[in-house]
Amino acid sequence: MATSDIKKFIVYSLFLGILILPMIGFPGTSFKAARALTVWGVFVGIFAFWLLSKTIRRSDIYQRAADGVAPLRNQVFDKFTKLPTKFYIALMLVAVAIYPQLTNNYMVDVGITCLIYIVLGLGLNIVVGLAGLLDLGYIAFYAVGAYSYSLLNLNFGLSFWFCLPIGIVFGAVVGCIIGYPTLRMRGDYLAIVTMGFGEIIRLVLNNWDKLTKGPNGLLGMSKPAVYYPAVTDEGLRWVTYSLKSLHSLYYLMFVIAILTVIGVQRLDNSRIGRAWVAIREDEVAAELSGVPTTWLKLLAYAMGAAFASVAGAFFAAKLSYVNPNFFIFMESCIVLCIVILGGVGSIPGIILAGIALIAVPEVFRELQAYRMFAFGLAMAVMMVLRPEGLIPASRRKRELHATDQHTPED
Amino acid sequence: MAIKGPILELKNVHTYYGNIHALKGVSCAIGAGDIACLIGANGAGKSTTLLTIFGVQRAAEGEIRFKGRPIHHLRPEQVAAQGISQIPEGRQIFPRMSTLENLEMGAYLRRDKAEIASDMEWVFGLFPVLKDRVRQLGGTLSGGEQQMLAIGRGLMSRPELLLLDEPSLGLAPKLVERIFETILEINKKGVTIFLVEQNAHMALSISDTGYVMETGRIVLTDKASALLQNEKVKKAYLGE
Repeated sequence: MATSDIKKFIVYSLFLGILILPMIGFPGTSFKAARALTVWGVFVGIFAFWLLSKTIRRSDIYQRAADGVAPLRNQVFDKFTKLPTKFYIALMLVAVAIYPQLTNNYMVDVGITCLIYIVLGLGLNIVVGLAGLLDLGYIAFYAVGAYSYSLLNLNFGLSFWFCLPIGIVFGAVVGCIIGYPTLRMRGDYLAIVTMGFGEIIRLVLNNWDKLTKGPNGLLGMSKPAVYYPAVTDEGLRWVTYSLKSLHSLYYLMFVIAILTVIGVQRLDNSRIGRAWVAIREDEVAAELSGVPTTWLKLLAYAMGAAFASVAGAFFAAKLSYVNPNFFIFMESCIVLCIVILGGVGSIPGIILAGIALIAVPEVFRELQAYRMFAFGLAMAVMMVLRPEGLIPASRRKRELHATDQHTPED
Repeated sequence: MAIKGPILELKNVHTYYGNIHALKGVSCAIGAGDIACLIGANGAGKSTTLLTIFGVQRAAEGEIRFKGRPIHHLRPEQVAAQGISQIPEGRQIFPRMSTLENLEMGAYLRRDKAEIASDMEWVFGLFPVLKDRVRQLGGTLSGGEQQMLAIGRGLMSRPELLLLDEPSLGLAPKLVERIFETILEINKKGVTIFLVEQNAHMALSISDTGYVMETGRIVLTDKASALLQNEKVKKAYLGE
């Protein structure tokens, strides 16, 4: 073990200890030194393990052993990589489909939340990942979807399926309204303005008492329902089946998530997707290549907002309750974290990050107070170790590794 | 070479950046099939002229005609569709797209796949080095290669008029020569070229017509060969 590594280990561990200090709480109020120490211990343990494995990997014995196993390992690795991607997708779909049968209601609920955030992450990915417009007020569109369903359902008794397209249109329109004045802004300014707009929407919902009942929120929206023909006593009739159970809601959200993945995937590979990437890379050059930048940026906002709106409508229908506090700035941050952690522009990455950032904190609910700390730490570590995200975008991978058909290898 | 009528005409064009009056009545006419160059000092309004032609900056006043039709009210993508292509200053390529994707972006408005492929072969013929770098990310190319890629991308829309903004900027003399040779080669294919340059000597030596710009106005218009002999131009721009 190199001395520099040991030095690093000690310094980092102490630094982490200082960071964790505030979590102990003030003596006399809620003294949780033991818990803080546990957290610290876990992190130091992981760090020590990493250091140890690094040392082992560097040793001669390991090198010799690794050389011996290499052919075998390559064989196994080849077998796995040769399986088509479709196989893995099918495997994942089956796993997600049977998941509710294997766990309790609480975990199914967590699963639904995960799926909602995956849809949000994928939607935001259009704006941030493809078009390169940093949006810190994304959750506002989620709110628009949730409130448009709630209000339409409560006031006019419209069904979920009828409200969904209306909500999408509302979301897209609000996306354009917010997008339009920000078209000439870039980077930091854009982030600040979108953040402001996000807050404006929340404050409007909070203060427009007559329409939204303010902070009390709206209550009693009907659940989504499916209609199917069946033979009853009165002959062949359409039967309504309300999706009240958590399981049926889970499967509905599952379908929405799959449709979102397909939609985003197709957008990614389309002419429009390519043009968005060009805008992200260099706006002037994109404009000079004949890309209608203004229109496409608005479209990015509208598309992103539409997906958030769908998620929002589902969220309102599932809970039968919304209030403005569901749509605070923190939620925008979490969605952005999902996009960045997963790998900007990468669909599988965002799915993985959605699960990681939503499910893991739920599982470790005990440590909820440390959630933000863990988020921050995870982001910092990610930026150092894997700035491209958990699963880097295929576009970037393709650029770097793909063999090209246009020219022979020279 | 200027036999036909002008392909591009600017009449008394004014452009503003906020309160700054950048172009103060620019007029010029470029003959079809010509190479024209616009020379001038930093901040004279050369790049602004090109951006105004393309519609990136709006002409507040005046008229721009391409093949006789007014284009000053068009948006950039509409101007591009007319058959004008602009290669921006400072090698603005898409750094995280491959060479191939960069070139494909140049053909963004076209849908004729076979023709695009043949044009790409032409570009690879002009710049063989791009063919070797076809999978490489634009940002990892050398400066000269990036400039070639930018020109190649501009050609992929199969323009009738190519607007070039300082293609020699920041390149080694040998590369500059290479780029200018290629510009001549492109011109031989019938593409009219409007070149903005600080490298006045180089630009004038390949051009048919030359314009000299000072603080938002064109102060001199003449045959390029005549400008090369002009005492004022020699003193101010050729360093003789």
